[in-house]
Amino acid sequence: MRTYVGIDLGSTTTKAVLIDDDSRVLGRGITNSRSNYATAARVASEEARIDGRFTLFHRALQRDGDPGDRLELFLAALERAFRLEQFQEQLADLERTCNGQFRGGRFAELEAGVRRALDEVFKRVRSEVAAMFAPGARRKSDFFRDIAGAHYYTHAEAVGRELSLPYEILLNIYDKSILEVENRPPAGDLSGKFRRALQKILAEDGHIGQQAAHLQHVIEDTLDVDLEDGYLVGTGYGRVTLPFSKEHIRSEILCHGLGAHMMYPNTRTVLDIGGQDTKGIQVDGDGIVTSFQMNDRCAAGCGRYLGYIADEMSIGLHELGPMAMKSDCPSRINSTCTVFAGAELRDRLSLGEKREDIVAGLHRAIILRAISIISRSGGVTNEFTFTGGVAKNEAAVRELRQLIKANYGDVVININPDSIYTGALGAAEFARRAYEGGARQEAQA
Amino acid sequence: MTTAAPAARTPTRDVEKDASMQKQKAMMAAHYDRLTSAPETGAKVCSTFVPGNLNELIGCFDLLNNLPEVNAIQSGLRRVSGQYVMEAEKIGHSEDVCTYVKSDIGMMAKGNIAPNGQKFPNPDVLLLSYTGCFTFMKWFELLREQFKCETIMLHTPYMGDGRFTPNMIEYMVKQLRDEVIPKLERVSGVKFDIDRLRERLKKSAQAEDDLVHVLQTARNTPSPIDAYFGGIYYIGPIFGAFRGTDDAIDYYRFLRNEIDERLAQGRGPVTPEGDMGRERYRLVVEGPPNYTHFRQFWKMFYDEGAVVVASSYTKVGGVYDFGFRHDASRPLETLAEYCLGVYTNRSLPMRIDMLTNYVEDYRADGLLINSIKSCNSFSAGQLLMMREVEKRTGKPAAFIESDLVDPRYFSAANIKNRLESYFQMVEQRRASARTAA
Amino acid sequence: MGAPLNMSSTAVIINRATQIFEDLSFSAAREWKAAQPGRKVVGYLPIYVPREIIHAAGMLPLGIVGGGDRLEVVHGDAYYQSYICRIPRSTVELGLSGRLDFVDGMLFPSICDVIRNLSGMWKLMFPHVYSRYFDVPQNYADEIGGNYYVNELAELRDDLARLRGAPVTDDELRHAIALYNENRQLVRELYGYRAEQPWQVPAAEVHLLMRAGLVLPVEQHSAMLRDYLAAARLVQRPRRDNCRIVLTGTFCEQPPLNLIKSLELAGCYVVDDDLLLVTRWLTSDVPVEGDPLRNLATAFLHHSESTAAKFEPDQREKGQHLVRAVRRTGAEGVIFACPSFCDPALLDRPILQHVLADAGIPCIAFKYAENSGQMQPIREQAGTFADSIKLWSGR
Repeated sequence: MRTYVGIDLGSTTTKAVLIDDDSRVLGRGITNSRSNYATAARVASEEARIDGRFTLFHRALQRDGDPGDRLELFLAALERAFRLEQFQEQLADLERTCNGQFRGGRFAELEAGVRRALDEVFKRVRSEVAAMFAPGARRKSDFFRDIAGAHYYTHAEAVGRELSLPYEILLNIYDKSILEVENRPPAGDLSGKFRRALQKILAEDGHIGQQAAHLQHVIEDTLDVDLEDGYLVGTGYGRVTLPFSKEHIRSEILCHGLGAHMMYPNTRTVLDIGGQDTKGIQVDGDGIVTSFQMNDRCAAGCGRYLGYIADEMSIGLHELGPMAMKSDCPSRINSTCTVFAGAELRDRLSLGEKREDIVAGLHRAIILRAISIISRSGGVTNEFTFTGGVAKNEAAVRELRQLIKANYGDVVININPDSIYTGALGAAEFARRAYEGGARQEAQA
Repeated sequence: MTTAAPAARTPTRDVEKDASMQKQKAMMAAHYDRLTSAPETGAKVCSTFVPGNLNELIGCFDLLNNLPEVNAIQSGLRRVSGQYVMEAEKIGHSEDVCTYVKSDIGMMAKGNIAPNGQKFPNPDVLLLSYTGCFTFMKWFELLREQFKCETIMLHTPYMGDGRFTPNMIEYMVKQLRDEVIPKLERVSGVKFDIDRLRERLKKSAQAEDDLVHVLQTARNTPSPIDAYFGGIYYIGPIFGAFRGTDDAIDYYRFLRNEIDERLAQGRGPVTPEGDMGRERYRLVVEGPPNYTHFRQFWKMFYDEGAVVVASSYTKVGGVYDFGFRHDASRPLETLAEYCLGVYTNRSLPMRIDMLTNYVEDYRADGLLINSIKSCNSFSAGQLLMMREVEKRTGKPAAFIESDLVDPRYFSAANIKNRLESYFQMVEQRRASARTAA
Repeated sequence: MGAPLNMSSTAVIINRATQIFEDLSFSAAREWKAAQPGRKVVGYLPIYVPREIIHAAGMLPLGIVGGGDRLEVVHGDAYYQSYICRIPRSTVELGLSGRLDFVDGMLFPSICDVIRNLSGMWKLMFPHVYSRYFDVPQNYADEIGGNYYVNELAELRDDLARLRGAPVTDDELRHAIALYNENRQLVRELYGYRAEQPWQVPAAEVHLLMRAGLVLPVEQHSAMLRDYLAAARLVQRPRRDNCRIVLTGTFCEQPPLNLIKSLELAGCYVVDDDLLLVTRWLTSDVPVEGDPLRNLATAFLHHSESTAAKFEPDQREKGQHLVRAVRRTGAEGVIFACPSFCDPALLDRPILQHVLADAGIPCIAFKYAENSGQMQPIREQAGTFADSIKLWSGR
């Protein structure tokens, strides 16, 4: 089947969405936007393809009338096994790369000791891999860099101590190697990984024994479906350096508008608060952008502002929202200037204001800025869709609902759990249309 | 408001295309030489501003005009304005205020060197034609403090109600007759001769006719000119030291012929990289450009096939395209009307009318506003202007921000991002209109 | 204001002024308008309009100086870039949020390009409100700037007469001039008293009293000032070892009340300021006899305050008003407090600083916004300034 990929290269994460000829979403993928945008784009789209395969498995098995619960369990197990395969492959690459750092004699005098330490560290990490992907295991992040890093650091510290080696050397080797590993294009051979994963769960899970042949058959059939590359469109903040040629690039504004329209066809206004900028977009009934506004040169009021505040308070970004929700009397914060945010925070704390009230006030301040950008772009006339990282913050959402209601009355406010993929979805649809347009032209020619 | 960039930065692949630009550059260079050699020639120097400049009158007293905004633009184009601005901030000027002023003050603090490498002479008189910009008043108070020279205020009332009244004209004529002219006589030692003024005003009108003709060629598709980036070259002589001179008449006739020829050949505007490719977008631009990254900024347009067909900035030194011409039969009244009518002295509703007219008359795809941090006269209210023009024309508008000569305020990635989004939006709306049709 | 004269303590009066100050719906002006059918209210922005003409037309002049630090600006920000000061945003917010829906006319004085352009925005946003850019001459010759100004005043008078539906007579103008002469005398008396004994009249109280003058009818405001002066003189307040400063730069967007309080808490008595100049713009009485418009014009040309929005034709005079204010009030220094992005104040500042330096008068400078929330840096600067002045003077 023909597929279309949209890629949204953000400043922190890169998202990809894979759709089919009917504009249905097949898969979504996300990765960290490393220094190498080309690799980030490849990794994200490979992730979307993997996700797409699962969608196809799902569809195929459902067609065969498999009962829901068991199907879900099977697919979850398959995914864990697949992720494990994938992780092990990258871990092996990481180990090789770490051991390759000795070329050029950088650590010559320590080489033997460091090699021994690396062997030990990786042995310990490997011993934990199965547990990482066990049913119910919680991972703070799904990015290889984060998972591998956390485990490596823990063991490197212990092993370093045991072998009287400076921890910094082991850290240094890791930091250098992880960059190389994540900037290497994905290894490919997805089908092979799926097959190995399937074998693994068939071997381990006795319950599906009698169905093994059938499952194997369905999976194999699905793997045989060729996901033909129709067209690709990229978008995102880093578009100036996107690794695509001009005709494969669309503005993030257009992609966002179209993506929001695809999720909620009645959307007329889209607000996106990302790390670097805030966008207010108006779209018509076809998802075509009729006007847009972005925050001006002053970046106050973007997601980054919350990041500063979290740093200033030495808490995680995700803890800000819940803290603000505890407030029933938000402070009035007038300045959303990132430069003064820290000082204002300290000033207010020293005056005895409660942390949760200040943080709630800060949330209100950034949403106020966003509302003024919406107002600038033309206000809210119909359904309203809120996207971007800040849309996941419950306190920001609370303020937004309240302010939209106060200024524009009762309008439907959509917040999609997959809102982070809005831009990539729009890009994928642009890809599909570009292909369609091209095909039509060819047919006419 | 401008002069050409230094020759080294101008790729001249086709000399013929650039003939008018070369001529313009030579005129500007000659003027700078006249200015910097003033101490030797004994010529007296009158500093004054572009909007509401009384070049014909200044000429009657054999004074050389020196325009501090143009000097700041030159510093911007030569990429020295950044250090000048910082110098001015170092000596106590706020980071919040106009960078033309700070570039000028910084330039003086660093030796007051003209683009030709020679020292600027000190002004003998500051003719404070207070027209359309509050900052002008403070600017010349600052220069007066430094040079301790005669400072003549000519107050142009603002057209707040969208028109000028007999009271305003009378006020201005009286200021000219009873204060400006006697003081200029005193400073220059030259007796005022009204016939000499009439002669110059006649010359102004001739050049104005040709300038308007050139700017209005942009009504054609494709437009043979870019009325913003290119337009800035075209307005240089008439907004600067040449209005009312034979040099200006020659230049605008030459330019007119050159542009008519382009038009006849169906060619688009000339860009620093030669003729622009296919015309894809026609824009009206409101607001001054950025000068520190002038070429880079321009490239973002012509690379996309975007041509500016009309701009408000090319009207800051005089609005001629709605019929006004300097009128030798009413010499002082005509100077008053000229000052009253410059773009930034027009009320917001008048400016909106003008821009709406441009979008329709020049069949533009929409309005682009380059909002300049330095210039509140232009910028305050532009977001409402944008809404109104969108509403009246049904064409989309876009908003970008930069500064005149402060390089710290030019974010290429940011501007490019918005411009590209805008162009794609226009394209998409066109496609959608086609489908609907 | 029902309390008998001289019975009110300063606290009661200030309490009333504070209510007026905090009321962003301008209830006092609304009540005035509602009290009689046909009454009209004309708003004006800083720095100066001839309120006499509005009063003579039977209308209430209503001073509008932004939204302060308590107004949540939602739509006002949609109209302005980040590098433009606060007052136009909060003023637009006041308008769009309906808080000025009872205002029949708006005057936008010639103070800067931002307020100038706001006059055109107002015409577009509120087409049913009479809006006028109120230009004043920058030429001070009677025959030139004077004639021009008389004609501008006549236009304003005639516009208001149309709005009212009846001509504005010279007698009405003369009556209004007398009332405002009286009001300005009281304001000057208050300023004079504070310059003598600043501990008796805290700057924040003076400011609140002046703010009340933007909203109350002039007769009521004069009564309030009279009551306050009488009450203030009855009670001795504690005197602190503060230095005395002149506050300047604050003629348009108003600093938060907290800022003014912070200065005094940090050790600086404010003995003169350029807050709300409209209340004392004309520095001497306007003659009641004769042609009222000509008299107003002459007062404007020859007896009005100096500020950044006015051209100073004489280089030697530039900034001397500040030196004179320091000498007159016995101040020991000057504090430049300018609104962020305020072109007139910030462009004028370096020249004024040079003038002060030549006169041997110390000064400090900082910026604020009407909604500044942080006073710590200002307290620190003002405190350090006060300490250095005391050290310098050997106190």
